[in-house]
Amino acid sequence: MKTLIVAIATVALLITACDAGKGDDASAPFASRYQPLPGRATLLTGATILTGAGTRLDNADILLSDGKIVAIAEDLSGENATVVDASGRWITPGIIDVHSHLGVYPSPATASHSDGNELTAPVTAEVWAEHSVWPQDPGFVTALAGGVTAMQILPGSANLIGGRGVTLKNVPGRDVQSMKFPGAPHGMKMACGENPKRFYGGKGLAPATRMGNVAGYRSAWIAAADYRTKMEAAEKGKGEAPMRDLKLETLVGVLDGEILVHNHCYRADEMSIMLDIAKEFGYKITAFHHAVEAYKVADLLAENDTCAAMWADWWGFKMEAYDGIRENAALVDRAGACAIIHSDSEVGIQRLNQETAKVIGAAARVGIDIAPERAIQWITSNPAKALGVDAVTGSLEPGKMADVVVWSGNPFSVYTRADQVYIDGALAYDRHDVSVNPVTDFTLGTSAAEGGAQ
Amino acid sequence: MSRLSTLFGLLAIIVATSAVAETTAIVGGTVHTMGPQGTIENATIVIDDGRIISVGEGTAPPAKVTTIDANGKIVTPGLFSPIGNLGLVEVGLSAGPLDAVQRDNAFTASFDVADAYNRRSTLIAINRVEGITRAVITPRPRGPYELGNMSHVISGLAAMVNLGDSEHSLERRAVALVVNLGERGSGLAGGSRVGALLTLRNALNEAIDYRDHKDDFERGARRTYSHGVADLEALQGVLSSATPLYVDVHRASDIEVLMQLVDEYGIRAVISGGAEAWMLAEQLAAADIAVVLAPMDILPGNFDRINARRESAAILAAAGVTISFADGQSHTHNARNITQSAGNAVANGLSWDDALRAITLAPAEIFGVASSVGSIEPGKEADIVIWPDDPLELTTYPEQVLIKGESISMTSRQTLLRDRYLKTESGKPPAYRR
Repeated sequence: MKTLIVAIATVALLITACDAGKGDDASAPFASRYQPLPGRATLLTGATILTGAGTRLDNADILLSDGKIVAIAEDLSGENATVVDASGRWITPGIIDVHSHLGVYPSPATASHSDGNELTAPVTAEVWAEHSVWPQDPGFVTALAGGVTAMQILPGSANLIGGRGVTLKNVPGRDVQSMKFPGAPHGMKMACGENPKRFYGGKGLAPATRMGNVAGYRSAWIAAADYRTKMEAAEKGKGEAPMRDLKLETLVGVLDGEILVHNHCYRADEMSIMLDIAKEFGYKITAFHHAVEAYKVADLLAENDTCAAMWADWWGFKMEAYDGIRENAALVDRAGACAIIHSDSEVGIQRLNQETAKVIGAAARVGIDIAPERAIQWITSNPAKALGVDAVTGSLEPGKMADVVVWSGNPFSVYTRADQVYIDGALAYDRHDVSVNPVTDFTLGTSAAEGGAQ
Repeated sequence: MSRLSTLFGLLAIIVATSAVAETTAIVGGTVHTMGPQGTIENATIVIDDGRIISVGEGTAPPAKVTTIDANGKIVTPGLFSPIGNLGLVEVGLSAGPLDAVQRDNAFTASFDVADAYNRRSTLIAINRVEGITRAVITPRPRGPYELGNMSHVISGLAAMVNLGDSEHSLERRAVALVVNLGERGSGLAGGSRVGALLTLRNALNEAIDYRDHKDDFERGARRTYSHGVADLEALQGVLSSATPLYVDVHRASDIEVLMQLVDEYGIRAVISGGAEAWMLAEQLAAADIAVVLAPMDILPGNFDRINARRESAAILAAAGVTISFADGQSHTHNARNITQSAGNAVANGLSWDDALRAITLAPAEIFGVASSVGSIEPGKEADIVIWPDDPLELTTYPEQVLIKGESISMTSRQTLLRDRYLKTESGKPPAYRR
């Protein structure tokens, strides 16, 4: 019971902290209108629990109530709670994907659905991915069946600066506002390397080279710094405020630390250049995405407190992905940097646990032992940190959102499936009860609908 | 054999680096033969001159052989990748080489990728150290974002290779003729699947006419054909059933049309993709049409795949359809991920044995090479993988791979990169580390 009291105190603290977040401003344009699904107090008992905070508890219980985690301990009692026997099963925080294009590149992948890249200029910081998200993408539901409770939807990587990303709760809604993660900051997508130069260079436009890319980023930041100076001056009564500029507003949001930079960047040398650009203009790179060569600069990432979001094994599909190795995430983790396994794929997002398992096995071959309680952080608390939502989700700690997955076994076994997924304490998915599961409008009438979320 | 005494002290697995012609015994493992002997505990496999001589429980190995200790290990046939561009591509996008795709319309059926196979490609070692010992290498059509205006409903001939180092890595040509129907075929044929079907029918009809009137044709006394002689010759294997069509098709209605066409021409077919094939499982079993599917691709990526589902592999296998697996996302660079497809099929109802069969013996059967590879049986070529644990688990990597009896080097460009950056000592840049 002592645990419970401490837990409740922590709840209050965290709720206050969360409410103080800027993103909760209901008057902001396109503000979150997310409402948790109706839930009830639930006590999951007798499970192996990976907390996402680095610890493992065997034969432990977890109590969810009012959308929050109330307590984790052995032999909890939950009066009025639905008790679920989870013995023999494993419980983890909800899986979080820091890099998804669900909704903006949905299934079916028709040209009419292709809404992820604003391919009209190399800097389009003015666009917001949330304005492209199609909530009826069946991929949200299959991701849910893979234990995904939250994700960031990003613009594509054709542009140097592709626009704002949005963090969603994985509860399919009528509109994107009802999926937006309350209080989550916006992300901003930047892209290094081949994609921008290939797309624009191929049209005879800038950038056509990597040096052209860098000139493009720096020019954008110079314009943003100038805009910010003029805005600030006008606020102090010095001069007239410039006309509101959506593009520069986003960039200033980054300079002010309110919008987090998610930078698609494969090569080690380019990550090093990008870190210097960030220093030049006074912003922080929250995470490098794809980061196929992160293992070559893991120490630099640790020094700069920049996460690397990586695939387990994608490589070779283009030149900047040629040096991919399976141990990438393990070497980043070993250096003390923040390692994340991401998907960038409507298929991969369904199995981030399996992708993590590949790295665990590869690392073990070279004597790097990664315990399950550590590896789970790569797909829970570390992405939560990169999305700026780690105060409220990403680990199983009293007071945090009850975003919880009950797995049929060790989540790093290929045979394991997510049995139940709770989001804010409500049962959002149940593998054994299709009546619980969402079916998108698009899926109605197909075999996928008959099987619920399959 | 004089080297035996120096090898004797090694604890685990002994890597024979030289000749193939030695006698080798793999001793003590749990062997999943995929053959009539089933699974054998504490087995001894004797290999000579690249072939399996015997497999049996607890048999003492012959005297004076190189012994590989597999005690406590899992032993399986080498994995067989049934599709992809191994040895035909290094870096596909904006780099090269990329020899799996034609950039013009010069050829159709005669576009034989065997001639481009490069056993020294980095992809070969990267995939074989993870257990892939055989692959069917396939041409593919232009992708939707690739330049060119070629049709390629008929993409060309596939070949079967071993992933070893020897000059004899090309095992068999013309194991299949790659054809694209459904949505992809439609895109290649001007926007309708009718066009794709007509393209295929026209090719088959011309090949028949050419076959039946070859003398007239050579005398110039027969009409001209839209296909060149090389293509018409390549199509003869299809007509004789020596070469199956390898058809990229997903939608159930397209598969029904394919079954009619196969019946009409008396030819053979293998389905690649087959997202909706499970809806026709009984019919496919009756028609002896195998399916190479991607069990993790369960989303409706286009309208051909609306009824894709997780349980496809289990449903098809239960009906008696021969199945094999390919990673729908990357079946070339990551052909090695075939075990993930198999494991996920097991998680969705397929038996473990059927899943392992789908990545070993089944593709050998599908492409007509099961008399020489695909299982651990006396007389077959010794493609064998020794695993520390369940090979379908993603945490498991091979400890040793044998191709045609030879223990291969377990290094690849990726292990070299890894080993270089495992070291963290400073002083000199990584380029000076070996």
